[in-house]
Amino acid sequence: MSNAVVHADGHGHAHAHHPALQHHFDTMGQQKEAAVVGMWVFLLTEILFFGGLFAAYMIYRIWYFDAFAEASRSLSLFWGGLNTAVLIGSSLTMAMAVRSAQTNKRTATVNWLVLTMILGTVFLGVKVIEYADKFEHHHVPGYNFQWAAAHEAPAAGAEHAPGAEVAVAEGHRELSLNADQLQLTTQIYFSLYFTMTGLHALHMIIGIGIMLVITWMAHKGRFDEQYYTPVEMAGLYWHFVDIVWIFLFPLLYLVERHV
Amino acid sequence: MKIFGIPIFPEQASTFAKDVDSLYFFIFATSAFFAVVVAIAVIYFGIRYHKTHDGEIGARIEGNLPLELLWSVIPTIIAMVMFGWGASVFYHLRRPPAEAMHIYAVGKQWMWKFQHLEGQREINELHIPAGRPIKITVSSEDVLHSLFFPAFRTKIDAIPGRYTQLWFEAQTPGSYRIFCTEYCGTNHSGMIGTVTVLEPSAYQAWLQGGGNEGSLAQRGAKLFNDLACSTCHLDTGQGRGPSLKDIVGKTVELQDGSSVMVDEGYLRESILNSQAKIVKGFQPLMPTFQGLVSEENLVALIEHVKSMSPNATTAAAAAPTATTTPAPAGEKK
Amino acid sequence: MLDKLKIPERNYLNNGHGLASWLLTKDHKRIAIMYLISISVMFFLGGLFAVGIRLELATPQGDFVQADTYNKFFTMHGVIMVFFFLIPSIPAVLGNFLIPPMIGAKDLAFPRINLLSLYIYWIGGVFTLYAMISGGVDTGWTFYTPYSATGSNTNVVPTALGIFIAGFSSILTGLNFIVTIHRMRAPGMTWFRLPLFVWAHYATSLVQVLGTPVIAITIVMLGVERGLGFGIFDPARGGDPVLFQHLFWFYSHPAVYIMILPALGVQSELISTFSKKTIFGYSFVAFSSLAIAVFGFIVWAHHMFVAGISTYAAMVFSFLSFSVAIPSAVKVFNWTATLYKGAISFETPMLYAYGFMGLFAIGGLTGLFLATLGMDIHLHDTYFVVAHFHYIMVGGAIMGYLGGLHFWWPKMTGRMYSEFFSRIAAILVFVGFNLTFLPQFVVGYLGMPRRYHAYPDEMQVLNVMSSAGASVLGLGYALPIFYLLYSLKKGAVAGPNPWGASGLEWQTQSPPLTENFIEVPVVDHEPYEYEHVVAKEKHLV
Repeated sequence: MSNAVVHADGHGHAHAHHPALQHHFDTMGQQKEAAVVGMWVFLLTEILFFGGLFAAYMIYRIWYFDAFAEASRSLSLFWGGLNTAVLIGSSLTMAMAVRSAQTNKRTATVNWLVLTMILGTVFLGVKVIEYADKFEHHHVPGYNFQWAAAHEAPAAGAEHAPGAEVAVAEGHRELSLNADQLQLTTQIYFSLYFTMTGLHALHMIIGIGIMLVITWMAHKGRFDEQYYTPVEMAGLYWHFVDIVWIFLFPLLYLVERHV
Repeated sequence: MKIFGIPIFPEQASTFAKDVDSLYFFIFATSAFFAVVVAIAVIYFGIRYHKTHDGEIGARIEGNLPLELLWSVIPTIIAMVMFGWGASVFYHLRRPPAEAMHIYAVGKQWMWKFQHLEGQREINELHIPAGRPIKITVSSEDVLHSLFFPAFRTKIDAIPGRYTQLWFEAQTPGSYRIFCTEYCGTNHSGMIGTVTVLEPSAYQAWLQGGGNEGSLAQRGAKLFNDLACSTCHLDTGQGRGPSLKDIVGKTVELQDGSSVMVDEGYLRESILNSQAKIVKGFQPLMPTFQGLVSEENLVALIEHVKSMSPNATTAAAAAPTATTTPAPAGEKK
Repeated sequence: MLDKLKIPERNYLNNGHGLASWLLTKDHKRIAIMYLISISVMFFLGGLFAVGIRLELATPQGDFVQADTYNKFFTMHGVIMVFFFLIPSIPAVLGNFLIPPMIGAKDLAFPRINLLSLYIYWIGGVFTLYAMISGGVDTGWTFYTPYSATGSNTNVVPTALGIFIAGFSSILTGLNFIVTIHRMRAPGMTWFRLPLFVWAHYATSLVQVLGTPVIAITIVMLGVERGLGFGIFDPARGGDPVLFQHLFWFYSHPAVYIMILPALGVQSELISTFSKKTIFGYSFVAFSSLAIAVFGFIVWAHHMFVAGISTYAAMVFSFLSFSVAIPSAVKVFNWTATLYKGAISFETPMLYAYGFMGLFAIGGLTGLFLATLGMDIHLHDTYFVVAHFHYIMVGGAIMGYLGGLHFWWPKMTGRMYSEFFSRIAAILVFVGFNLTFLPQFVVGYLGMPRRYHAYPDEMQVLNVMSSAGASVLGLGYALPIFYLLYSLKKGAVAGPNPWGASGLEWQTQSPPLTENFIEVPVVDHEPYEYEHVVAKEKHLV
């Protein structure tokens, strides 16, 4: 079927291999293309992974818009905004790291990577502050979940006396929801909030782990103009994680702040 | 239908049974035709072109575009016929006639509870008259169930927090099976029952017999007072809540400017989840009854409210098969 | 001629000895063999639960085991068979072994990721086995909420975690195949010279990569709901249990195509090889695989026609569901046409291929009943559905898998198995399968619901027939273990191309070298040209 010439010795290559070329690839170009296609396919997978959450978010946000708006007010725009800025900054430093690796600047690569990791850690630190705040306010879904407004609604309990007063959060526009309902439906918001931001944070942690390895490799001088694929792939991954946040931030923090 | 005394075909006890079975035989005949043609071809080719000597190879035939198009287009046309026929049967199955008699069913681990408007309550038993369309509104107290009447060829899932509906018209008096077809835990296979189709006169006699605690609507009226609904929902319209007189089937305007048709789904939501859709001009004062009213009492209340709208046609009162209103489930046992 | 053949001195099996040389290998062929062993263990474990189910259903009363035990039986049967046998079966074993040699590559694009996928599969399997040993799980393999979230008291989280983990194995395998097929083809191996087996795997990989993450996230949501008390699907908190079904079937319907598409690919190879004739309408068969993969993503709600979706949504999904039927029908017609004027012989793989045609046709045609709206209302969640999907997933996928295994066994091991016993096994499987599942169509139309521990007396005869058939089927599945294992030592040496097949994988020695080929092959003609095979054989003689 093929006109392959069958030699007893298959290792008749004359030219020298790049040390990073794996045995089953013919050229560095082929190896790199494979990595790039593989990474994009992986990111496609990731999009669908988060897609399921976004679908659930979309449905519940349409159903319980008021609860989502109300719950999102309890998030701190300051911390959220800061984190957005930090992540965008880290995308920049990551891009610089890839550029430095491409031009074979070893020290610069290491420095940019370290800076990216620091920014990533700052992001996670802010997330810890935000999560701690949620724990304090009993905004973590589960049996201890307590929506703040529920405290202000004295009668909305078991008695159901006709005409029980309804807590309308002061200073906000009038809500068509009472405390009981907020208690129920804001919990869905926070369930999604924690699942989405938690998974995002997990991706960041994995990203920082990958970068630790890459930084070490860069430090050891494993990369050059011909071979910097790992840096580039880590960069793609990091940008993806950033982009997820760019969607999460408005969806979770800015539900109703467009007015 | 039986072969050697073994039933191999379910009884045809409803008007749908014939529709569904004709569809079944049509698809069966079409499928069998294609299966037989392919089988004959495959076997014939296997014999006729059997390899006779080593090194023999087949003729080189790469394909034939007209043939490919032919056997793409013909199945497409047949599939569209199946789709159209199936969709029309389905549409019919999903549209209860206005005059249908109404029964409520609640699925619960592991039993079916039925409530007649006249007040009779049954567990795993259902008595219905022959020759009259019957609409069953189904809900669940715990997990998913599915109410299945094989002899009537219809079923619908019972979903906690929602009302779903099915209807049928039983034709032949007799006893038929009720199954739960959605897996619901340990005793899923014990969640079976019997539907007894009676001649209309026998059905009337059955309704008269047995302890009667008043009709479903009457029970609802009592609850309406017990739960103090009546203190706000005054018929005069002067109460703190809107008057419920003659509202079923009407469209009311809501606080946020949108409007909603008053049907079972809306009533259910307004009781359990009272602040979800407030009628314009009223304050969100009503407490939620989530967890305080069982599914059974809920349908009694709804029936009571519906009885306050004597002119509303049943069709208008009929919720669409799936009320997409996500209302929290009733009490949890 | 046969006695002149010897097992080649250097091959992938003797290139390194000891456990470490296997566990740390990067050779796709060794990984495939380890997958073969792993999924075989899982298959017989899942089969054991099926034995339990059929024993229970032999009598109507529910007297063999308790209801709870029975519920665990069918759940574990489903979970193990779907996630740990069917989904990895053909891709991870045959695809892993054959895609590189078929396209003229030395290995998959990412050998280490390939090994990683095996380890991930093992870890997922361990979680599931742990769940099974520590008491089992009883939600059904579909994990419908709210039962799985709040109703069940069994090991839902460990099982779900096992499936979640195993899902990544599937994703990585798919990713590896896509990149390999795109970037590793030998010179001259253009897209339209690819074997149809490779096309089918390309389509499968797309589904694995795009579908699996959705079930992964669905399981995460279920896990946080059950484990941490979050409320996403819980109706008591305003959540929607039906949303779970949408997300679940968005993956799990396409997952059926992960199981069946590779079998369709195997079928094309078998039909062509054993009729010594190029496949009729190559491009139609190739594109029909892609069409099935794409359409597979837009039909999920046909599992929910009675789950309270709106009448019009149901109509749209019914309409779309028929669209999957067309490419499937096109494939069957093309295989039939391929046989026309062929040079047909009936070695064991061809017996499986013929059996596959019959069972896949029945499975596909009964799918039409279920896609038809008015019909599905009656049939939904009855044994008709059980019979239908077993015809596709067992009749189709496992027949394809066994056919492929028998076809490429000489390539994988270098030896032939007993033709006599393998033919008997193939016939037993075909007959036993039909005896088991044909009665289930009847009992399903009669109204017998799925997942019933006890059932009405009048349905007993059909159930006994089914249980009796299952024992024949079990025999047919058990037989290959013996003659295949026996062949490893005593089987006749197969030589590079015992079937006179045309694929590139048959141009190298059996078992192949670790690098598959001594020198990168160059492809200079169309696929399935048996003239070249015959010419080459003559040349050798």
